[in-house]
Amino acid sequence: MTSTLSPGFADPVTDAQSCFRAVLDAMARPGRVHTVRGVSAPMPLCEAAGAVLLTLADHETPLRLDPDAAPARAWIAFHTGAPIETDAPAMFAMALSLPDLDTLPNGTDEMPETSATVILQVASLTAGQRFVLEGPGLREPKVLTVAGLPPDFVAIWQRNHALFPRGIDLILCARNKLTALPRSVSIKEA
Amino acid sequence: MAYVAVKGGEQAIDNAHAWLAEERRGDTATPPLSVAQIEEQLGRSVDRVMAEGSLYDRELAALAIKQAQGDLIEAAFLLRAYRTTLPRFAHSKPVETATMRIERRVSAIFKDLPGGQVLGPTYDYTHRLLDFALMADEKAASGGVSMEAADLTTMPRVPDILGHEGLLEADAASDREPGDLTREPLAFPAARDVRLQALARGDEGFLLGLGYSTQRGYGGSHPFAGEIRMGEVSVEIEPAELGFAIDIGDLVLTECQMVNQFKGSKTVPPQFTRGYGLVFGFGERKAMAMALVDRAMRAGELGEDVTAPAQNVEFVLYHSDNIEATGFVEHLKLPHYVDFQSELQNVRRMRTEVAE
Amino acid sequence: MKGYNFAYLDEQTKRMIRRGLLKAVAIPGHQVPFGSREMPLPYGWGTGGIQVTASILGGGDVLKVIDQGADDTTNAVSIRRFFARTAGVRTTTATAEATVIQTRHRIPEKQLRDDQIIVYQVPQPEPLFRLEPSRVETKRMHGLADYGLMHVKLYEDISRFGQISISYDYPVMVNERYLMSPSPIPAFDNPKMDMMPALQLFGAGREKRIYAIPPWTRVKSLDFDDHPFRAINAPHPCGLCGATDSYLDEVVTDDRGGRLFVCSDTDHCGERRAAGHIGADGFQEAAE
Repeated sequence: MTSTLSPGFADPVTDAQSCFRAVLDAMARPGRVHTVRGVSAPMPLCEAAGAVLLTLADHETPLRLDPDAAPARAWIAFHTGAPIETDAPAMFAMALSLPDLDTLPNGTDEMPETSATVILQVASLTAGQRFVLEGPGLREPKVLTVAGLPPDFVAIWQRNHALFPRGIDLILCARNKLTALPRSVSIKEA
Repeated sequence: MAYVAVKGGEQAIDNAHAWLAEERRGDTATPPLSVAQIEEQLGRSVDRVMAEGSLYDRELAALAIKQAQGDLIEAAFLLRAYRTTLPRFAHSKPVETATMRIERRVSAIFKDLPGGQVLGPTYDYTHRLLDFALMADEKAASGGVSMEAADLTTMPRVPDILGHEGLLEADAASDREPGDLTREPLAFPAARDVRLQALARGDEGFLLGLGYSTQRGYGGSHPFAGEIRMGEVSVEIEPAELGFAIDIGDLVLTECQMVNQFKGSKTVPPQFTRGYGLVFGFGERKAMAMALVDRAMRAGELGEDVTAPAQNVEFVLYHSDNIEATGFVEHLKLPHYVDFQSELQNVRRMRTEVAE
Repeated sequence: MKGYNFAYLDEQTKRMIRRGLLKAVAIPGHQVPFGSREMPLPYGWGTGGIQVTASILGGGDVLKVIDQGADDTTNAVSIRRFFARTAGVRTTTATAEATVIQTRHRIPEKQLRDDQIIVYQVPQPEPLFRLEPSRVETKRMHGLADYGLMHVKLYEDISRFGQISISYDYPVMVNERYLMSPSPIPAFDNPKMDMMPALQLFGAGREKRIYAIPPWTRVKSLDFDDHPFRAINAPHPCGLCGATDSYLDEVVTDDRGGRLFVCSDTDHCGERRAAGHIGADGFQEAAE
């Protein structure tokens, strides 16, 4: 790691807005894949994951960081100010492989919004395993292709989905692409 | 004749603003008010606007009063909207009212006490007779009043005096970060720090009415004005990179400590409890009302029946903010004709169906 | 605008609101508390909608603002100007041209598309507030999905009036889970919310709540099998454009009971007249 950090967004206001609209649309239409204007996030983070962090995380959002992503820690801390790995319940988890969802806050019945959101970096959003999504945001079942989810992902997700309105939301990132899986969506293998 | 839909909202707004500007200025034959004049001569208005506007800046408050033609809620609103856009550089350390440079200090519960009673610049014993001499141009006050500088080392706060005997409940110190209603929405149960913040920003008239209601039996708690003090305190911040506190300026504050009887419980012997009020500037009426309402809202915590409006924390906190209240009350003048039309058709339909 | 950030709000505030919006979309119909800021417009005048719009708006957006269905009502003009001034975005009155539509009390007649977002100004996000004023209590009811209170109220309406008497802000169930206030739109507009292709966002500034309905989500107006939901509208065609399927405003034309019924959606009405649809009272204007 060099002592100089790579920069954040070239245009913080515009780039954050455009990345947010991509995430919002992906959350509203689960599985829709967007390409984002990236940042040169440090290894091992992909462009999209870096952009999502800069867009959503700040000093008010305790972050859990995948140990494998430790080389990006200084960059995240500098550009977002997010408290990383503190005792406070995590609002975001930046993960390179799906974490055990039971170890993250999933909200309460009265305050389901207090759950964590997992930003999960995967190998691909254009090739890999095919899933069928159904739920709010989808007029008809939608197929999503992802490489890099665990083999028992459908079972893990169904447990999460069954908690509704509690539950964890996922933002999937691969290179400069992203999509989202809100807790409201149900997932089957295609 | 054919009907032509009403147009011209933009023009109407421009015209309204132009008319307002003219009316605000008034007759140009009279000299314009300067912001400095407001700041100096309408000090109590400035104080109230700073308190309810949640921003301690006398000059900006005076400007807001001028811009709002003396409408103090409108002026507080102007300050609040400006305040929202300001960056936050630091949190101050808690101000120390025990070392306040006293301009006024009275206690109703002791005839005399260390430091004595200091009346200060009060209207209390003025006879409310219009002073027609003020109609004429005032000469510069000659000489002025010579104020004996109060001896700060002998001005203990009255609760500290009672506290020595254990007769007054102690306030537990806490290192917890206080809540901030301007950043986080109200959530229940609301802790006392958040309640006090809401009251300090709250409408003076609303708190006055609620405080008064507790005196008339709606949640009474036998209050005594333990002490009211007004004066200047220093504000300090402690930048992390320095590691020690630095003085960044002074504030004028009014603090009121109400002392209330408490019969005690199985675990706590009988003692006095407190209601607390603290506001920006000279705001004695507000500080006293605040202390009454603060104490009333502690009913649940102290095991008293919660029956009166002033004791209902949710009721008080959701309705004390005059910027919220004025916005929502006044929004009724916005067009509602779509909803009214819906009601109209509904009533017509129900009348037809009844007739059939 | 000099001295202020793009779209007025600072980036920290936008991030906080954006996080709230994502949660709102993930939990359709649930009211998410947010740190609503004091805006330079009064509470109750659209501060929630304005904060939501300011948090989503980008340079490429085209904004439409309506109040009572009309683009030229004074508060709509004021809000449109606010964004033109603070964000420099392009504004429009044409529903089809807009990418973001901020509204008070109406949903446009033209069906909204997949690439549009509608932002509702909400005065009172809690659908149960007339039945239970304590938000501590109503929050508990939402947590348990215990909406018995509302069903009892509707049932009492039927036994008293023979029908459900609510004509605007008619409560809906979102995705079969949350009871939600649609904001004070006329019940006539409720069916448009069901399976709408556009994303629907709701902002309540004074009450400090955000909520959302994703596209293609079931939104059901509460009713009973033997007393199904009925939309209410004046039984007339629009006097200006002759439309029979749009929501109508009643205009008093004289003090002898004269009435004229015209489209509340001014863009819809204007578009129809431009296309040659003329109502009984619209001929002369069209000929001018």
